[in-house]
Amino acid sequence: MASSSKCRPEEQAPPDVFYNESEAAKYLHSSRMIDIQTQMAERALEMLCLPEDEECLLLDVGCGTGLSGEVLEEAGHQWVGCDISRDMLNVAQSREVEGDLCHHDMGCGLPFRQGMFDGAISISAVQWLCYSDRAECNPRQRLLAFFQSLYKCLRRGGRAALQFYPQDGDQLQLLTASAMRAGFGGGLVVDFPHSSKVPSSETPETLPRQTRPAADRPETLQTPRECTAPPPLVLRREDRSYGRRDGRATTKSREWVIQKKEVQRRRGAVVRADSKYTARKRSKVRF
Amino acid sequence: QLLTHNMLMAPGTKNGFPLAIEVEKMETVESEFRSEFTARMVQKPVTQVEYGALLQTLAGLGMDGTLPPAVPDSYESNEEFLRALHHVLMEARRVIDGTLVCPETGKRFPIKDGIPSML
Repeated sequence: MASSSKCRPEEQAPPDVFYNESEAAKYLHSSRMIDIQTQMAERALEMLCLPEDEECLLLDVGCGTGLSGEVLEEAGHQWVGCDISRDMLNVAQSREVEGDLCHHDMGCGLPFRQGMFDGAISISAVQWLCYSDRAECNPRQRLLAFFQSLYKCLRRGGRAALQFYPQDGDQLQLLTASAMRAGFGGGLVVDFPHSSKVPSSETPETLPRQTRPAADRPETLQTPRECTAPPPLVLRREDRSYGRRDGRATTKSREWVIQKKEVQRRRGAVVRADSKYTARKRSKVRF
Repeated sequence: QLLTHNMLMAPGTKNGFPLAIEVEKMETVESEFRSEFTARMVQKPVTQVEYGALLQTLAGLGMDGTLPPAVPDSYESNEEFLRALHHVLMEARRVIDGTLVCPETGKRFPIKDGIPSML
């Protein structure tokens, strides 16, 4: 058997080249592939925790032949898909999926306006961003561009469930770090954690800024199923908090000055007492 | 669909919205009318559809007059308005071949077989 790294399509060719006509045809006919895609899309949809009985507008990143979009359709949602492979989109078009399709490279940022979508899903697509196929593409930048534009085009409180296959712990780290930099909160859910294909070692169980209450966090699936342990990343768009993240006062504010004075006092320096004039803005009038 | 067109903006720009449409071929599709979903598109205060931009696009397509110049106050119960909006957004026009033009940079994005290429 070939070593596992040889099996990864990401290492063979860039996605727009790899998913050519013959590869797209596989997604049309192979019942195994269809089953896996459908199952994973169902799981991702479940993780979005959308309000029941409401038709939502969803985004499918890397929609491919629209298999995951069909799951969204069945659940009664309207969706828009984008993918980098024209051949896959042509297949999707020939299958007459209901959602609208768009030919686009997600690493350049998504071409959508702010706050458009109630949620986003992505099935086995995000890991493609971790590879640089050309000299000018930097995975770090492309990931950041993707997550930032995803953050923008989601509504407030909207969620994104991204299923992907990381190669190792480093890739996982890179993905979660980029998501956090873009302002997302949320966590990594590893289904079937005992599978041998899950990259172990430094797998972060959750992102540090876990703000979701434990109750509505989807549970990790434990029962082994045929598809191999896809760790989806569930992200949640939060309102950005301004100021310093470490809880200290904003620089140059009154609290910050008082804190600094306190430190100097503790060190034994002679410091003026705090008064109503401490750190007060100077009058704009000049004499 | 015009709904998707109303969402698209040129990647990497700040004011790349709305994209102008140049049409070569269009078709009409049928779609089920769902009043709740359509109402949510123009729900205040967060509207998902940019109404002004939609009117501008319609004018560009020579379809002005299909929608009122502003969203009526009681839009949720106004079936006539919702039906018109649904028709415009989901059914009326589906561009098969054409071009989208970015208003900021003038970059052109071709549409082929109903799929816009935003590369």
